[in-house]
Amino acid sequence: MEKFTSHTGIGVPLRRSDVDTDQIIPAEYLKRVSRTGFEDGLFAAWRNDPSFVLNNPAYSAGSVLVAGPNFGTGSSREHAVWALQNYGFKAVISPRFGDIFRGNSGKAGLLTGRVDEKVVQRLWDYLEEHPGASVTVDLEARTVSAGEGPDRIEDSFDIDDYTRWRLLEGLDDIGITLGHEGDIAAYESTRPSWKPKTLHGVG
Amino acid sequence: MGKTLSEKVWDEHVVRSVDGEPDLLFIDLHLIHEVTSPQAFDGLRLAGRQVRRPDLTLATEDHNVPTLDWDKPIADPVSRTQVETLRKNCEEFGVRLHPLGDIEQGIVHVVGPQLGLTQPGMTIVCGDSHTSTHGAFGAIAHGIGTSEVEHVLATQTLPQARPKTMAVTVNGSLPEGVTAKDLILYLITQTGTGGGQGYIVEYRGEAIRELSMEARMTVCNMSIEWGAKAGMIAPDDVTFAYLKDRPESPKGEEWDAAVAHWRTLVTDEDAEFDREIVIEAADVTPWVTWGTNPGQGAPLGGSVPAPGDFEDEIDQVAATNALRYMDLEAGTPLREVRIDTVFVGSCTNGRIEDLRLAAEVIKGHQVAEGTRMLVVPGSARVRLQAEDEGLDLVFKEAGAEWRGAGCSMCLGMNPDTLSPGERSASTSNRNFEGRQGKGGRTHLVSVPVAAATAIRGTLSSPADLLTVGSN
Repeated sequence: MEKFTSHTGIGVPLRRSDVDTDQIIPAEYLKRVSRTGFEDGLFAAWRNDPSFVLNNPAYSAGSVLVAGPNFGTGSSREHAVWALQNYGFKAVISPRFGDIFRGNSGKAGLLTGRVDEKVVQRLWDYLEEHPGASVTVDLEARTVSAGEGPDRIEDSFDIDDYTRWRLLEGLDDIGITLGHEGDIAAYESTRPSWKPKTLHGVG
Repeated sequence: MGKTLSEKVWDEHVVRSVDGEPDLLFIDLHLIHEVTSPQAFDGLRLAGRQVRRPDLTLATEDHNVPTLDWDKPIADPVSRTQVETLRKNCEEFGVRLHPLGDIEQGIVHVVGPQLGLTQPGMTIVCGDSHTSTHGAFGAIAHGIGTSEVEHVLATQTLPQARPKTMAVTVNGSLPEGVTAKDLILYLITQTGTGGGQGYIVEYRGEAIRELSMEARMTVCNMSIEWGAKAGMIAPDDVTFAYLKDRPESPKGEEWDAAVAHWRTLVTDEDAEFDREIVIEAADVTPWVTWGTNPGQGAPLGGSVPAPGDFEDEIDQVAATNALRYMDLEAGTPLREVRIDTVFVGSCTNGRIEDLRLAAEVIKGHQVAEGTRMLVVPGSARVRLQAEDEGLDLVFKEAGAEWRGAGCSMCLGMNPDTLSPGERSASTSNRNFEGRQGKGGRTHLVSVPVAAATAIRGTLSSPADLLTVGSN
């Protein structure tokens, strides 16, 4: 996984709440067996609507998505994270995320920053008044910022310490866990014999 | 201070716990299917890793599989590739697979319990958000993403931050004709889709104790729809009776040892939850959704709300968008909403008890002109049992379609989809825009409401069949 320290890119105001993972990428796009190429399914139903924000050339190269509350609820499909990343998004800002989506983002290297609803409202207003304006997401400082002078918006975002550390270091979870092989083996030796197994007569 | 049920199960699975890091939890059962696993197996291959515990892993084919012509090769080449990829991966890594055509094939969350693999006190994960279903047995069960699927395959563990605890207590008994589905839809309407976020929820109280295992699974299944990490119900004699003599349940002395332990899996009297919600069962009535998330629901006897009925500005915008997408006008009585397709099935309501209930309502009636009804068993075993009981004939005689097992129209990855503008009454779990097919409009309903709706052609409950008569 690539290290994430700070990112500045075009901010995209997505004025919607409850954007579930079926909206981020519908099921019909989930049949690929690779991790790439999912950008064509991103927000598929809305991409046909000329007024959809990503169809505005000012925002189409966006990399910081600013969304309403409950972003990424619903299905566990990590394809939703891949679709955002494949399209070019590096970070999503929202007042509240679906748990599984947020976990998946942390594993795949997409930053999800939780901010107050008022901050999202201000960012929406600013980005709509200044189409194509940049937003900076600084993971070291845990801040999101945009604009200059009296218009400037800067606020902190929430992300748990462990995910932040992993993103900053670009660490692979499996590698970390395999470092605790001794603990896993010790635990396995204490499991009761009545716990079910899917294979019989093996080992 | 005592412990809650979820704290007990959690503590029994901690492999490693260090301040400032998530706990490393051991996973007792890892269920996999064709959609969220291919990239995980690829990751293992790239890193030269093995599946650590194939004996704690089970695969089935469910999301993509056709429910017609399921004995022939899958027609859609992309779906076929995904299913074939699962078969190759399971063979290469030594994972037990129940493929299409196998007697144990079916929706992963129907298969685990019916085999007896889902047991109290376990940790169960799957690359599917409705893994919360298994919490009905007193297990900690939740959906994971593909990176985590790879992590569990490689290590049989998962790093997890300890969630907060919540109790949902349902006092009294559910009224006649009101089901577990109505109860959970009612709850989600009260809490919204984010109300459970960050919590493992324990459902308790008299109404929960009175539910069958199937109905408990329906409740826990939809925990994710109000954002909960997982939903659980403490195991009791209903649970043990369900599990006794299942193929993978413990036998003999092992059974006795298991039950003795399972009986300890209850929340201690002096345990404290971080949050508690209390519901009076008597307040729950047949419940249906009118919008595009499961929290946008109302009593079947009520009307489509207006955006102005909501206090919060964000809820108002969401309601406006939902009414436009659903093509509904505020104030319309829900009973007047005309339905094109009725879907009975899914991991929420595709078990044998659900099919019995649907057949009981539909028996002696005909599906309304202009309405189609699909009945899709949750597993091949459920299908065979239903056929043994003659339920398939009841459905066919009524003009409904009797299909093979799979996820089917719940998410429309196979050919069972809604057309643009088509409106369904569905016993599944999500009414998101386009969930059942691009442009499709979904009303989430209970099984009796689905069956009565099929007969009348508009959203209805079985009680409406008595008052209206045939025409």
